[in-house]
Amino acid sequence: MKAILGEKMGMTQIFDDDAQAIPVTIIKAGPCRVIQIKTAESDGYEAIQIAYRELPANRTIKPVAGHFAKAGVPPHKYLVEIRVDDASAYSIGQEIGIADVLEEGARADVAGISKGKGFQGVMKRHNFKGMDAGHGVHRVHRAPGSIGACATPARVFKGKKMPGRMGGERTTVLNLEVVQVDAERGLVMLRGAVPGTKGAVVLVREAVKARG
Amino acid sequence: MNTLDQVEAAYLRDDLPDFGPGDNVKVNVRVVEGGRERVQVFEGVVIARGGGGLRETFTVRKISFGVGVERIFPVHAPIIHSIEVTRRGDVRRAKLYYLRDRIGKATRIKEKRDS
Repeated sequence: MKAILGEKMGMTQIFDDDAQAIPVTIIKAGPCRVIQIKTAESDGYEAIQIAYRELPANRTIKPVAGHFAKAGVPPHKYLVEIRVDDASAYSIGQEIGIADVLEEGARADVAGISKGKGFQGVMKRHNFKGMDAGHGVHRVHRAPGSIGACATPARVFKGKKMPGRMGGERTTVLNLEVVQVDAERGLVMLRGAVPGTKGAVVLVREAVKARG
Repeated sequence: MNTLDQVEAAYLRDDLPDFGPGDNVKVNVRVVEGGRERVQVFEGVVIARGGGGLRETFTVRKISFGVGVERIFPVHAPIIHSIEVTRRGDVRRAKLYYLRDRIGKATRIKEKRDS
């Protein structure tokens, strides 16, 4: 699996060859540096660790600074481990750009922290249907209804879908079409929406389900 | 200029004339019918422009067989072959939605005189 970290720049629309407007999200991806290589011999599995967004040295705690020093790369803010088929294809300190991960016409997955929605009811949070607008329904139009039985089991089951905090959690959207890759500026255009606010850090990877 | 604007800049059209609310325009629209492309004219008065950047749109209103018809075009859409401004209107607001409630003589718009 190839992947890269990037920043969500925002959404716009472009016109395709059929003159249809298509909604696109623009992500400024990378550059990322390879910090650590894990192989089957050393760790029991194949993976690489990549770093994104450089930090000044005085913003780094010593254990982390040491980890970067070992790779000979200036400290970065974000570190992510990515499972790869053959980690020996990478070298420590290698720079990864968007062109190494995606190409036009391919499919991509994007993972990020979704926008916080605050405390929400069950209709918005869990897609409950709510109750009727009329027919004797009184002041409970958006209520969850029954949350369980009576004397048996005499409690509410754990995990019952109820109102509460929504959003602000890691979310992945699958199979977004890659509309355009601009390797020079490190930009990638994906059809559709991705989680998070503008400026949020997202993980862009080749689509896991497109591999057949 | 932020990154989003830079990306959009590549797609913006600069071959269209300046026009705004109150102007009478002829919009030449590309229509594909049975694999053949031809140009259809939609002529009327611009009653609004909305949005920004690549997502900017404008609304053209005309009276067709006694029925008001409005069409919203994306400014930068490739379906727009060209736009001709036939008359400049002198109006005092950005959205001329009040025209929808008027008929006949009351919908007239003063012509803009170059000072």
